[in-house]
Amino acid sequence: MRQLKAEILSNKKVGSGFYRMKLGENYLAKITRAGQFVEVRCSSGAETLLRRPLGVHRIWPDGIEMLYEVVGKGTALLSEKKAGEKLDMIGPLGNGFDTDLASDINILVAGGIGVAPLTALAENLRARQNKKVHVMIGARTRSHIMCKEEFKSLGCSVKISTDDGSRGYKGFATELLINLLATCKPETYLPQFRRVMVYACGPMEMLRAVRAITLKRGIPCQVSLEERMACGVGVCLGCPVKMKTGGYKMVCKDGPVFNTEDLAW
Amino acid sequence: MNLGVKIGKLKLKNPVMVASGTWGAEYGELYDINKLGAIVLKTITLEERTGNPSPRVCETASGMLNSIGLENKGVEDFINNKLPKLRGAKTHVIASIAGSGKNEFKELARRLSRCERVNALELNLSCPNISYGSGEDLIAHNEKAVYEVVKAVKRSTGLTIITKLSPNVTDIKVFAKAAEAGGSDAIALTNTFIGMAVDINTKKPMLGNVTGGLSGPAVKPLSLRAVWEASKAIDIPIIGIGGIMDYRDAVEFMLCGASAIQVGTANFVNPRAPVEIIKGLEEYLKKKNINSVSKLIGAVKLG
Repeated sequence: MRQLKAEILSNKKVGSGFYRMKLGENYLAKITRAGQFVEVRCSSGAETLLRRPLGVHRIWPDGIEMLYEVVGKGTALLSEKKAGEKLDMIGPLGNGFDTDLASDINILVAGGIGVAPLTALAENLRARQNKKVHVMIGARTRSHIMCKEEFKSLGCSVKISTDDGSRGYKGFATELLINLLATCKPETYLPQFRRVMVYACGPMEMLRAVRAITLKRGIPCQVSLEERMACGVGVCLGCPVKMKTGGYKMVCKDGPVFNTEDLAW
Repeated sequence: MNLGVKIGKLKLKNPVMVASGTWGAEYGELYDINKLGAIVLKTITLEERTGNPSPRVCETASGMLNSIGLENKGVEDFINNKLPKLRGAKTHVIASIAGSGKNEFKELARRLSRCERVNALELNLSCPNISYGSGEDLIAHNEKAVYEVVKAVKRSTGLTIITKLSPNVTDIKVFAKAAEAGGSDAIALTNTFIGMAVDINTKKPMLGNVTGGLSGPAVKPLSLRAVWEASKAIDIPIIGIGGIMDYRDAVEFMLCGASAIQVGTANFVNPRAPVEIIKGLEEYLKKKNINSVSKLIGAVKLG
């Protein structure tokens, strides 16, 4: 990791409350892995004191891109930044997704802004390993559906759900997951074959549901967690997640990606 | 130009330390830690503590609240796994310890005194996120308890003792005097201020532990006043802590009577803050034509 001032190449509104920010930074481009994040400083004063953790959305040859939702003061300040400005950040941080054991069938479940890190993962699975990737995108409503075209252009099969039924399936992305798994032949997902891997990022309730669905069927599952952080590097111990073996691990340093079987949820 | 200061038996190359719980060897990837005056490590207890439930941190206006709850793996792990990582560090290493009573403090002091890499002890009598022993209150809220713990530790170690006090008291002078009378070589002022924040959407407290410790620029004037008050009451050195973000803050603390300072929350905001403060102090002294940083200590001009 490094603390650096990366140049903002672009920062554009791409949906209701969603923004894309591209940063030119060769160091990050070279070493960032899908699922890692950066800690950014939203203002140089004490207005928003702590850095904000943002998942890396895409890794380009010349930099990285973030997709973020404006949810509070920090992200609102971030959305006002212009191309050409420098952004103080620490990164890359965290462990990222484990794709060494990538299965033949990879199912990505994204809830809301949870699509952000899964796009980089899909690219990794498709471009470097040419694996089959199914993506389930869950959004509140039509205007909140992000990244559909990106996943498609990466060669993923994409299914959409919206809470209000304004686009795709009316309901949750987890129901799409159940439906997809129902069409898989048992031998594809029986634990001894380990041919299916589920990756999920989104609201806590969704992740818990994904965990229950995969656990019941013996399918391995990696989830990317979100937590309020101060340092982002494992120093402050402010972002704990309870582990099955007892005690806590830190979302920032030990995660943000965890195998669901290790979590005491 | 002389940036050196003395705290008990410790000769610091400069007055800038990093505060307990806000620093880890991870920051060694971002700057040369040998530049620091001293490193105060995360508080350890005799046994492992898992800490408080999530959420543990939240941002407030110009500050942060935390309720970590002294999560640590215990003194044995500290000696076997944490200390060896700092073997080659060319700066002082200060262990921060917390016990449920004077016997636990004594035991921790005894064990750590045998460790070559521990140069001083900071007694954390004041973490607002845990209660000590059977009592409801902190040791740092009871002057007699402060005196007794310091005295007990003094008898069981030859190391320099720094007593970290709580700002959540009516009269800081009383507690500073108790630490001095117990034999403390210095006091550290202050720990975090007890605070609270509520999410108006969920109507739940922002911290899993309901209340927590407030730190950052928001508390600086409060800590500064505590340092100033205590400096008039005692003769041992004071280490100023509380919202120090840059060299200007450090100078203010020194002018109000601090012999050294600790950088805490600023480490999260800008990990390089401690080394930038050292550089800033140097430039300030040069500009003001002052040849020794110790000349700043207590040099505030009144009237």
